[in-house]
Amino acid sequence: MSSDVRFTDFKSDKQPTWCPGCGDFGTMNGMMKALANTGNDPDNTFVVAGIGCSGKIGTYMHSYALHGVHGRALPLAAGVKMANPDLEVMAAGGDGDGYSIGVGHFIHAVRRNVDMTYVVMDNRIYGLTKGQASPTSREDFETSTTPEGPKQPPVNPLALALSAGATFIAQSFSSDAMRHTEIVQEAIEHDGFGFVNVFSPCVTFNDVDTYDYFRDELVDVGETDHDPTDLESAQDVILDPDKEYQGVLYQNEQANAYGAEHGLTENMAEIPDGAPENATDLVREFY
Amino acid sequence: MPADFNWAVGGEAGDGIDSTGKIFAQALSRAGRHVFTSKDFASRIRGGYTAYKIRTSVDRVQSVVNRLDVLIALTPRTIEENRDELHDGSVIIYDGERTTMADAPIPDNVVGLDVPLKRLAEDAGGAIMRNVVALGAACAVTDFPIENLDSALEKRFGAKGQKLVDNNKEAARKGQAYVEENHDHEFDYDLETTDNDYVLLNGDEAIGMGAIAAGCRYYAGYPITPATDVMEYLKGRIEQYGGHVVQAEDELSAINMALGAARAGARAMTATSGPGIDLMAETFGLVATTETPLVITNVMRSGPSTGMPTKQEQGDLNAMLYGGHGEIPRFVLAPTTIDECFWKTVEAFNLAEKYQLPVYLTADLSLAVTEQTFEPDAFDMDEVEIGRGKLVDEEGLAEWQNEKGQFQPHAITDDGISPRAVPGTDEGAHMTTGLEHDELGRRTEDTDMRIKQVDKRDRKVETAEEREDWEPREFGESEADTLIVSWGSNEGAMVEAIDMLADDGIDVRFISVPYIFPRPDLSDAIDAAEDVFVVECNNNGQFADLLERDALARVDRINKYNGVRFTADELAERISGALTAAPEVSQ
Repeated sequence: MSSDVRFTDFKSDKQPTWCPGCGDFGTMNGMMKALANTGNDPDNTFVVAGIGCSGKIGTYMHSYALHGVHGRALPLAAGVKMANPDLEVMAAGGDGDGYSIGVGHFIHAVRRNVDMTYVVMDNRIYGLTKGQASPTSREDFETSTTPEGPKQPPVNPLALALSAGATFIAQSFSSDAMRHTEIVQEAIEHDGFGFVNVFSPCVTFNDVDTYDYFRDELVDVGETDHDPTDLESAQDVILDPDKEYQGVLYQNEQANAYGAEHGLTENMAEIPDGAPENATDLVREFY
Repeated sequence: MPADFNWAVGGEAGDGIDSTGKIFAQALSRAGRHVFTSKDFASRIRGGYTAYKIRTSVDRVQSVVNRLDVLIALTPRTIEENRDELHDGSVIIYDGERTTMADAPIPDNVVGLDVPLKRLAEDAGGAIMRNVVALGAACAVTDFPIENLDSALEKRFGAKGQKLVDNNKEAARKGQAYVEENHDHEFDYDLETTDNDYVLLNGDEAIGMGAIAAGCRYYAGYPITPATDVMEYLKGRIEQYGGHVVQAEDELSAINMALGAARAGARAMTATSGPGIDLMAETFGLVATTETPLVITNVMRSGPSTGMPTKQEQGDLNAMLYGGHGEIPRFVLAPTTIDECFWKTVEAFNLAEKYQLPVYLTADLSLAVTEQTFEPDAFDMDEVEIGRGKLVDEEGLAEWQNEKGQFQPHAITDDGISPRAVPGTDEGAHMTTGLEHDELGRRTEDTDMRIKQVDKRDRKVETAEEREDWEPREFGESEADTLIVSWGSNEGAMVEAIDMLADDGIDVRFISVPYIFPRPDLSDAIDAAEDVFVVECNNNGQFADLLERDALARVDRINKYNGVRFTADELAERISGALTAAPEVSQ
């Protein structure tokens, strides 16, 4: 890891095809800055992306990366980190990817607590398929597939994470560049599964959860007396029916990350030219 | 045919049938006898008929047969289930004091040996040891030195303390003594011992051991019968070699974790059975199109859907060959014996890395749960070779950078194989994607690049066909007019059937194929034969379809789809029957 890494080193020469004004630009910039600020470089970083507008991030960033199938970024990223603990691993995807098709993996990734960062670009809409309801869409949000709204409450990903035993839960807003970068940076530095739900507005298909909405409504827990290490305090902000928050909402620094819990320290890519030493012991067991 | 002895223990699930059978198999192996076992079990924890069958000889045995010399019957149903296999002089050991066995239906021509198993076990320290009492009784019937049973009991219970071992030895002796003192029948059986050292293992264990030997360091899986044994074998062992086993939340996750580990450069594997193969089909395409080396083990069971989870079938050939949308090369290996489960696993890892693609390694239930004895050097670790293909380091990757200095993980090459840089390699940072991609691994819809990438991936198959050995295994009379072809676990039964057929004056040539794709060209062999039969445990004849297509020749099929494996005598009978009757053979 070299100290002269700049955040632009994480930028590929491929121009994003996101709509002008898309929140994903700001989300990605913050991720790149946070990676550079934490002393990483593209050659020791692995980014796993899901499917959707957000999934394109692996193409626009420069690092080792895999753009996977819909909803499965988290187990894929966990496999990378377990096999080589020296890598900085970051998974990114959208609200549909993480909270609909991939919600099963989300719960288990939270419990597993692999030392990695998960950034969800939450725009509360399916953008790439041109505007259908997502699991975080509001109950009355009208779309082509839900003309009268989904008529079911949106998923609260923060609450899901908390109930699954999360060790780091944060929320940020792509347009608040400095805070967003700081928050992602804290998630990277967290020794465990660092989960950041990023409000990343869709300017084309969502006229409700807009930049103005988040700018006006979002409360920064950094400006309150919120204590992220206090579970009850975290419950209060995460389950608050009236307000939405940004910042680190919950952090448990006592829990061991998966790798420490299972003694994973070696880079599994390195193996001998033949059977390992003492492999004959395995045969002897069958006498 | 070897001078063999056939033994079984049967009862209800929960009766300890499996461990009883395993102990006796171990005792026979430690006595220097060859052993081949077969399990008949139900997909439930308690209740339902279950049995463990052993064939043993001083010569190599490769199949079970439909004949029983000694049967330990814990339930009346055990006798009903095996009645046809009992013959004049067969012995049934049972506990007449057990309520359900008081009026046990002992056939007239069979020797019924009433032994108070439970009472003697209680005398030795606990009713739970009644099966061991039965094993002691079996020693008396077969003139088998009980010290071998002691040795197996020590292996089985040693970790739980000497007291338990001693109680079990005592229980066995009570069973032996009871038979010697209370039954004056002269038995026909004499299980002689030899000084040979054998190892006893099943196919799942051989696959797990092969994986560790091959440098596999990462296993992610979701429990499913009959593949779970692979995960259970690896857990606790692979860690000693720097590896890790993770139980995923489902098969979708398992294959993605394994894919992630493989992208990080580890030799990685997942194992599952039919329903899991269906779920993995989604990510299978991603593995293949990102050209990631991965071994996917499929221990087949009866399908479709939940099917018969504890029964034999070779029904997933098409799912492995054609599963997943789109078209993408994959290799399919099907070891034909338990020792080959080990070697084909090693080969699967090498092929996966050399050709950068997913390799299906498939065993079927019979191969997976069958135990067989081998000389220990059948698993000579010094013979294991590791080939990692075009893995490049920082220096090596320089020649694979484009004019902008970007590494090209999907570079178009003559042999179709691109360079591979694992994460952490300086200057190697690159992406790849399930979208069609260019040489940099970035999305493309360029029609020329699409063709180039598809052709490149297909070229890997041509390269592999040229460079690797895809020879089948051959048995019997090479000049015979009758050709038998099979794949997977049918080999052992068929090899023994050859001798039975020869006794009836029928010569056959038998080709056993461990490579499904790529596979050997059998056209000449099929052309040269007058009659061709393809033996497989399924209804449609999926492998026969492939061979017909390859050879454009008509083959007759020998199929079986009732959930039971082929046995040697059955095969011999059906082949000889088919040769004398109509050419159309189907059950």
